[in-house]
This record gives sequence, structure tokens and C-alpha cells, in this order.
Amino acid sequence: MRVAGKGLVDHGVRVRFRFDGVTYHGHAGDTVASALLANGVNLMGRSFKYHRPRGVLTAGSEEPNALITVGEGAQAEPNLRATQAEIYEGMVVRSQNAWPSLAFDVMAVNDLAAPFLGAGFYYKTFMWPKKFWEAIYEPVIRKAAGLGALSGQSNTDTYEKAFAFCDLLVIGAGPTGLMAALSAARSGLDVILADEDSLMGGRLNSETGAIGHQPGAVWAAQVVTELAAMENVRLMSRTTVTGAYDGGMYGALERVNQHTGQRTGGAPLECFWRISAKQSVLAAGAIERPVAFQNNDRPGIMMAGAVRSYLNRWGVSPGKRVAVFGNNDDAQQTARDLAKAGVHVVALIDSRVDAVVRGAEFPVITGAQVCNSGGRKALESITFQRASGQKDSLQVDCLAMSGGWNPTVNLTCHTGGRPTWREDIQAFVPTAGAVAGLRAAGACNGVFSTLGCLQDGVAAGKAAAKALGKKPADVDLPVAENAPYRMSPLWAVAGKGRAWLDFQNDVSVKDVKQAAVENFKSVEHMKRYTTQGMATDQGKNSNVAALAILADATGRGIPETGTTTFRPPYTPVSIAAMGAGSQGHGFAPERWTTSHQATVERGAPMIEAGLWYRPSYFPKAGESTWRESCDREVGYVRRAVGVCDVSTLGKIDIQGPDAAQLLDFVYTNMFSTLKVGRVRYGLMLREDGHVMDDGTCARLGAQHFVMTTTTAAAGNVMRHLEFVTQCLHPEWQVSFTSVTEQWAQFAIAGPKAREVLNGLLDAPIDGENWPFMACGDVRVGGVAGRLFRISFSGEHAYELAVPSRYGASLFDALIKAAEALGGGPYGMEALNVLRIEKGFITHAEIEGRATAFDIGMGRMISAKKDCVGKVMAAREGLVAEERPQLVGLKPVAVDAELSAGAFLFDRAADAVRVNHQGHVSSVGYSPELGHMIGLGFLRRGPARLGEIVRLVDHMRGIETEVEICNPVFVDAAGERVRG
Amino acid sequence: MLARPEATAGVEAWDDYLHLRENPAGVTEELWQHEAGCAAWLVVRRDTRTHEISEVTLAADVKRSMGVAS
Amino acid sequence: MVELKERSACAGLVPLRLGSVTVDEVAPERMTSLSAYGDTAALSAALEQAHGVKLPAAGRSTGKGGLRCLWFGRGEVMLIGAEPDAALAEHAALVDQSDAWAVVSISGAGVEDVLARLVPLDLRAGSFKRGHTARSQLGHMNASITRTGPDGFQVMVFRSMAGTLLHDLKQAMAAVASRG
Repeated sequence: MRVAGKGLVDHGVRVRFRFDGVTYHGHAGDTVASALLANGVNLMGRSFKYHRPRGVLTAGSEEPNALITVGEGAQAEPNLRATQAEIYEGMVVRSQNAWPSLAFDVMAVNDLAAPFLGAGFYYKTFMWPKKFWEAIYEPVIRKAAGLGALSGQSNTDTYEKAFAFCDLLVIGAGPTGLMAALSAARSGLDVILADEDSLMGGRLNSETGAIGHQPGAVWAAQVVTELAAMENVRLMSRTTVTGAYDGGMYGALERVNQHTGQRTGGAPLECFWRISAKQSVLAAGAIERPVAFQNNDRPGIMMAGAVRSYLNRWGVSPGKRVAVFGNNDDAQQTARDLAKAGVHVVALIDSRVDAVVRGAEFPVITGAQVCNSGGRKALESITFQRASGQKDSLQVDCLAMSGGWNPTVNLTCHTGGRPTWREDIQAFVPTAGAVAGLRAAGACNGVFSTLGCLQDGVAAGKAAAKALGKKPADVDLPVAENAPYRMSPLWAVAGKGRAWLDFQNDVSVKDVKQAAVENFKSVEHMKRYTTQGMATDQGKNSNVAALAILADATGRGIPETGTTTFRPPYTPVSIAAMGAGSQGHGFAPERWTTSHQATVERGAPMIEAGLWYRPSYFPKAGESTWRESCDREVGYVRRAVGVCDVSTLGKIDIQGPDAAQLLDFVYTNMFSTLKVGRVRYGLMLREDGHVMDDGTCARLGAQHFVMTTTTAAAGNVMRHLEFVTQCLHPEWQVSFTSVTEQWAQFAIAGPKAREVLNGLLDAPIDGENWPFMACGDVRVGGVAGRLFRISFSGEHAYELAVPSRYGASLFDALIKAAEALGGGPYGMEALNVLRIEKGFITHAEIEGRATAFDIGMGRMISAKKDCVGKVMAAREGLVAEERPQLVGLKPVAVDAELSAGAFLFDRAADAVRVNHQGHVSSVGYSPELGHMIGLGFLRRGPARLGEIVRLVDHMRGIETEVEICNPVFVDAAGERVRG
Repeated sequence: MLARPEATAGVEAWDDYLHLRENPAGVTEELWQHEAGCAAWLVVRRDTRTHEISEVTLAADVKRSMGVAS
Repeated sequence: MVELKERSACAGLVPLRLGSVTVDEVAPERMTSLSAYGDTAALSAALEQAHGVKLPAAGRSTGKGGLRCLWFGRGEVMLIGAEPDAALAEHAALVDQSDAWAVVSISGAGVEDVLARLVPLDLRAGSFKRGHTARSQLGHMNASITRTGPDGFQVMVFRSMAGTLLHDLKQAMAAVASRG
């Protein structure tokens, strides 16, 4: 119900929205909660476990009850707080956790079964029989319990991630935060002021108290205006600082368009900020805590401070006949504000016998406690008990309650700090220094008067300026309320029935006591046993009361009982916001070679190799399977000429007086003896003796080499070289630079390779000046390039490199030339078959566990010098004959299928783990041989050539017999490569 | 990690160099690399309880100051 | 004789304009990586003698006329806009990198806001001034970032990642532009 003349909302702007299919009107500036209350809607949700009807409890992000889903279809967002979600034209809102409707929810039957559903019910009941858990219990429980549901559709919304930097981050823009920001900004600091609300000012927007002879909200707006005009201040409203991390880093979630509904043109819904701050001031305020009594969860019962917020900020009275119940002076303000606004205040019930209430225009009952409420889906009455024991009832439709205030200490605990108990205010306050560089000030530091907050804010801003070496500027303090905070603890009203502590998780006083009885006495155990403090609100309303009751039940004090651990995020952060930008093409960089466009135009399916995209095969008209294309491409290389882009291999330029020494140290074999103009194959080990990578290395000059690495290991090798030259041998004069991207490099392989080259190179080559493993400079169409006579197919082959700007053009020329000779481009499938036919290894073989011994290269570890991995490679376990070693595999039946990943067993042995003799690492169909071939590792493999073993792939259901053979299937003498 | 044993140092020394690390609740020294930045390897002194970094030195400088190269 | 045609790293991807920010390719220039073997003082002296610029300190750049020298990492600088003098080879490895990088300029009001979506560095004018340069990440890519003016930056990523660079920049530009 709107109250005339009250509120900061724009009464001139009507905004239409729907809630559970019904259209309502609100005003610009309304939240869903304030607009629904203005329309007389009190029932906003159903509780998690018992499906009890619930209304709004708070007016902020700590709301446990009024959780809503906003939007439809793929854009539906569950579990938003109605107290925080701002309405916009056309907004579609649904309630959650109720079926078929909020008013009639069949699962409310749980509430009748409540005596059986207490704390630990799930743990005790669904233990047995074990298999029932997955099949029956869990699905049923999941359906019955829960918060909002995901749409199940792919998220189409845009999210954003961003970084920000400042001298001072002020968290919260209430009186404390505004003053901290103002004094720091006037002192010359770069300030970010972040506030969760749409309107800065904090409690000042919800209170009637004056600051400096004007309403607090007006004063706040003036300060915000001043700050907004300062160049060194950045105001971030609708931004919740969700986490404090080490090194002055804070996480923050900004609601960019959640309040507008705008979702087009790249407009992000939310932005997740990482804010790096040299200093910070926590001015997060305090959260009012409920009082536990029987049926204290009925819609219409809400926090006293929230009632003031709805009245003063949104111009809404949550009821027509309101009672106020509290244990502190602050609650009285709610009664006064309501009465002044013309709302009928039925009574102020203060639990303190000695409470002093001055100038009250409403009935005051001291020394009494509300002990029950009546009504069904809405509050109709309350029962209270006087000190004398006498019980009375009052007809009310709203009860404003207050059990005192809890400073919002959460962020000060995110890096492992623990809060400190203050007996005088019966609350935890931040422990100074808990987060490096952060000062807590104002209400979140236990300072509750307005003037006290203003003072504390100025002091915090000045302290930050001083810490950063700036002269703190003076800020005049305006006149403001400075009443002492008087309260007397009241956690729970004694009595039978369920008195609720944690509204979101349906945890009652009895549940906490039950946990203590069952010896879950640690607060962390109590939390898990009862679920108190979980889900979206993380117990913001209930933690302190729950542990006070636990402390009482276990005969300890509150400080000894301690709190559970506050962890980030302070309020829920959507995963989409944290992962912003990483969907679709943003998931990882896509590295494209210079031939990418031409390759895609030829219809080649691309596969990922690390971040690179490489062609799988190049389909031709009439080919219906990839195998047909692959076989044809293998044929190009074996009989004519094939062209393949090999630019993705890592290329590292190594120069300097000690270049050869570096190579001798990182490779197992010798490179200092390599002649200029020659290439050598090299094997690299990790220091633990296993193979790291392999590749070729070309000597271009006395002090100049080019190393190639595999595509996948290029980054690892670079890091390894940096490690060796910085951490082990900084005295070596050697430099290296990745030139992977500088050169577009193509393999030209096959008997007609030289013919292709001689049609393109400015000066022809022959077998004499370009023998196998030669390298050097060439020119292609006047462009300086490099030619390497190396082969990964066993055929007469070259790799030709030109600067990348010419790559696309050279690829076209090579393809044209190859096609004219009956060849053409080949992809990864053919490349793989070609190398398996030759027994050449890739990372399918050197997968991190293989040693040089395992791959038959034990003798490549030079005895004449030290190298990385040499000592450890010699350990007896790494050279044991029993180790699985590289062998070739061919099927006994010519049409049998082999599979990589299959295990090898003796013919007579069971195919079980203990009997395994090795595994298959690579397979392919050899068009040369007309059957599949494979590479694998077999115990004592090289000694077992000719033996028949069982190949079993349990995953794919493949079982066949294979013969162990030499891993070189084609041209075993190695003659073609020298042709 | 910077003090690579001699080839003849024996298995125990190599095992220690490769596999054994202190894991104190307190100040420890670690090797980091600015892989996304300047590629420098760094000796970082960090408190494992607070993540506070108290000192950062170029690994190459530390190694040089260790004297004779291993 | 075959005639090879040039194709720049960002061909077909630029220019890109969204809101007040423009991305364009910096015309390919001769770029040489200089990695000192040891003594950087000797390299600096040789550089000054041959090209008239000093070796930049970490995070800085030097320049004269059309020639620029960017700090590019530990012990490494990038000489842009001139053929390196052969005398430099005595002190450093000279490696041609003219084709290795996609080089773009990003300019216009709000350019810092765009980069703040992608780069984890404080690039505000007060802390990252004209001529300041950094090696860091842009999105998931290793990048070189240099401020060229009050509203202008030069960004370099590996040539093969040009498409991703423009994709990521476009998303960030759209998000910034949508805030108006």
C-alpha cells in the first residue's frame, strides 16, 4: 500500500511488470519487493524444505525468502532477490519452489510431516539400501527441494569481465562510505566508491533523520554529486564487492543491464570486476537480525529496518495494522516513522523491562516478547507474553521485528581472518588488520550512530591518504543523530513449536539444539548437519543467532563457539559473469596458419592441435569417407608429391657464442659437431629422465641454429630453455627467440618433391648440393626463404619456409605445382599414417611416461657429455628390460581393426589389469600394406618380434590378435629419403 | 632448483633436487616464471599462510650470486 | 618465375569501428628482435651509435624519427622501422620478426575502457604514459601493449591470433559502446 507523500521513487513514472502471470504497476525506482508490497502482495515464495509460505523479510541482498526468477526461456535467471531486482517495463517475474502455484503448493505437505524431517533427517533416513540413493531418493528429493531452476537452454546473454585500479576502494556508500570517499578524494587519492544499491546513500535513504538540517537522503545525494564531479573519483553503483583476495585484489559484480532488460547490441547483463586497490575502506554497514519465536516466518513479519526502508524510501507501508517488536532502541524508530506517516501502529513491544520510550504516539508494552503468530498465507495476529506470564493477542497484518544489528564483517574474513566478539553490542566486529590494507569503518565496525559513522568515515579516508603518503584534507562534519545503541540480547523466545532461525533453509532453534545433542558441537559441524547458513543468503540473517543458541546448548560462550568461515562471494555471482568472454570463439585463442583460408575453401575439416587449427584431410568430389581421402593423400606422398602446412611446429632461433653448448645440454645427442648447413634429429629429456620432446635442429651458422619442436610442446620447450639459461647457466652467452610465427613453412614430400621445388625456386637444386639433412637459404620469386631437406614420411622431402606474409601465396603455388604432377595437399590423417608406416614417434608415444630406452633411442644419450635428464634416465627402473618398449603391430587377420588405447596381453592370459603386457599408442590404415598397422609398447617388446599377442580394447569392445613386428613398415632400409 | 647436482652426485642428491620440497606454513622460496609477460624466472619469497610476497629476485641474479655454475 | 603476393596479418579484419573506438592495422614495418648475449650496456652503446636511440629500460620505449625501440621482455627489445645495423650482431641476436606479429592501433575516446576489459594492467594515463610498454595478456593471448598517445595504444599479438584479437576487441568495444 502506497503512503502519500513518502518515498524516493518517481511517482510520475508508471512501470508495468508481471508476477506469476498477473500484471502489476510500480514506479521507477521500485524493486520487485517494494512494488509487490505496494500492490498488497505479501506472499512471494515458498521455503526450501517445508514449502512454507513466505513473504519478504528484508530490503536488501541478504533476503532469504523472496527469491524470484526473472525473464523467460533461455534468458530466465533464477534466484534473484526480489528486494534487489529493480522493475522495468515488461519485466516478467516468477516465484520459485512452488507447484502448481505459490498459493497452493502441494509440497507444503512436507510441513505437516515436519516432525519427521528435522535436522539430519536426510542423513539418517536415506542411508539404506545404498542403491536406492541414486535411483529413488535423490531424484525425489531434488524435485521437492530446491531453489529456482535453470532453463536448461544455452545462455544467450552477454556478460563482461573487467579490471579496475585505484588508490582507495570504498565498499559501501552509506554515511561512512560517502565520507571516506570524500575525505580521500579531497586528499588527492584515486577513489572507487562501489555500492550494491541502485541509489547511493545506504541507510540514509531509508531513514528520516536529518544531516545538517536537511533530510539524510538529500545530504547523501549532494555528496554523491560532488564526488561524481571529481576526476579522481569513480562511482560504481549496483556493484557488490563480492570478495577480498590477497594483494589488494577485490572481486565485484556490477548489474549493468539487469535492471533495464536491455539485451541487444553487445550490452552485457552483468560485469565481473577485478579491482586492484592500494588501500580499502569497508563501509558495508550492518544487517538487522530476526528474533526466533514460534511461526516467526509468516508473510507480513519482517525486519524493523526493512519496514522503515519500504516506508521512507519506497513510500510503501507493508501493512495497515503494524506491531513492532524489538530488543533495542532502534526498533522504536520504526514505530515512530509509521505513526508519523499515518499508519496504525498497534503496539511497540520491547523485550526490555527497562526500555525507555519517549513521546510515543502508540501503545508501548515493555518487558514482553512476541511468542507466536497466526494466519495462513498472511499474518493475521500475534501473541505476546508479558513479564508476568500473561499472554495476549493483537490483530495485525505486519510485524516489524528487530533483534539488534550484526556488522557486515564478511569481507574481512575472506583471506582467513576471524571476527572479534564485542559483548557490549552482542555482535562480531572485524578484527583490525584481517585483510591487508583494509580498514573497516562505521556500522560494519560496530559504530551505529549516524554521526559516529560520518566521523569514522572521515577518519578512514584520512588514514588511507596518510598511508599512501598524501596530506589528509579536512572535511567538516555536519550535525547528525548521535544516539547510543542500547540493546539487550534476545535470540529466541522460549516456547514450544518451531521458531525459525534460517528462513531460507528452514532451520529452527530446535534443529540447532538437536545438532548439539547429537554431538555436532562445532559450529562448522552444526552448519553441515542442519544446513544453517547455506544457499544464496549464506546465513546473513541467521548465523549469529544460530551460534548463540549453539553456544547456549553446549554451555560455551559465543566467542569460544566461534563462527563458520565466511568465503567469497558475499552475494551470489553467476558463473556466466565470472567466465565472461570465454564462450564460443572467446574460449581460447584460435591460431590460424597462413594457409587457413585456402584450406577451409577446399572443404577440409579442421582439427585442433593445441591452439592451432590444422586440416584433417582435403575431401574430393566422389569421396564418401575420410578414409578414402586419407588413402589418396598418402598415395600422393608415396608415389607423387604432397604438400602440407607445417608452420605450427615450434621454431626457435638460437644464437650466440654458447649456442652449441646450450643444445648439447638440452639434447641427449651432440650438436656442437653438427656442420653448418646441416640438420640433425634431436631428443630432449626432462630432468627426471623421461622424454620431453623431439625434433630437428638446423645449423645455419657457426653460432646460429634453428630448433624445431612438436606443435604441442613448443611452449614447454621455450619455458625449458628459459629455465636452463636463467636458472642453471646464466653465464652462457646465448639468446633465443621464437620464430614460429615469422615463417610459413610447408612440407613438400614425395618422389616428385624436387620437381615441384625446381619449378618455384629462383635457382634449381639437385641431389648433390641438397643431400638428405641439408639446409640453407633459397629464394622463391625473389623472396628470401629457407629450405630444409628433412622428412617425416620416409620419402624424399623438403620443408620450405618463407616470411609469413607470403605464406598464403606460396601455399597456392605449391598446391598448383603438386597437382600438376599428380599430387596435392595432405592433412593430419595422412601425415599420421605416413609417420606410423615409418615408425616415427609423436606425443602419442612420448606421452610423458616414455623414456629414451622405451622408444629404442637409449643410445642417443651421448656418453661424451652431460645433458638434462642423463643421470635420472640411467636409473635401473628406467632401463629395465621388463619395461614396455616400442614395437610395431600388425593384425593376424588382414581385415581386423586395431585401436589406440587398447591393451596387449599374452594369448593365453585373461584380459585383466594384472596381466597387461603393454598398450597400443597409434594406429592407422596403411594403403601400402592393405591393412591396419599400429605402434605400441610391449614388455620386452624388441625381443618378441614375430610373437602373436591379444589386443583388447574394453572400451570399444575390440579384441583381436596382432603380431609383434619392427615398427618400420615401409622402406625399412631407408633408401627413399635419400633419393 | 637452482643448485643442480653434479652428474656424479649420486641418486640421493638427485632425488632431493628433483622431488623433495619443503612445504612450510610460513615463509618459503619458490620459482615463478612471468610466462605471459617478460619470460623471466623469479625467486619469490612468499608466506604460504597469507600469500604475502616479501621479496622477488631474478633467478639469473640469484644463480650468479651462488658463484660457480653447476 | 613464381610471383609471391603479400598478405598482412589483419587483412580482411580491419578497420573496425564501434562507438568511439577504432582498430586499424599498423602497416607492416621492418621489426627485429634484439636479445643481448650478456652486457646490455655494450648493446645500448652500439644501438645509440648506429641508430641514435638508447636501449629502453624495462617497460619503456625509445625512438627517433620513424624508428622505435620497444622493451619486449627480459633482455629483449624490438627495433621497429629500420634495418638493424650489422654491428649490433656482436652484442645481441638479431632475429627478423617483421612477419611474426599482428600489429594494430586502437584509438579513440574510451580506449582505456576497452582495454580494461581484456588487459589485467593499470593502463590509466596517470600510470601508463605515452611510450610506456608492457608484455602482458590480452584476453588469453600474450601481447605487447604500448601507449602511443592520450587516446591511443599499439597492441601486438602473435600473427596467427589476429582473428581472435579482433574478435576479443570487438566484444569489448561493443560492451563499452552499449554503456553509452
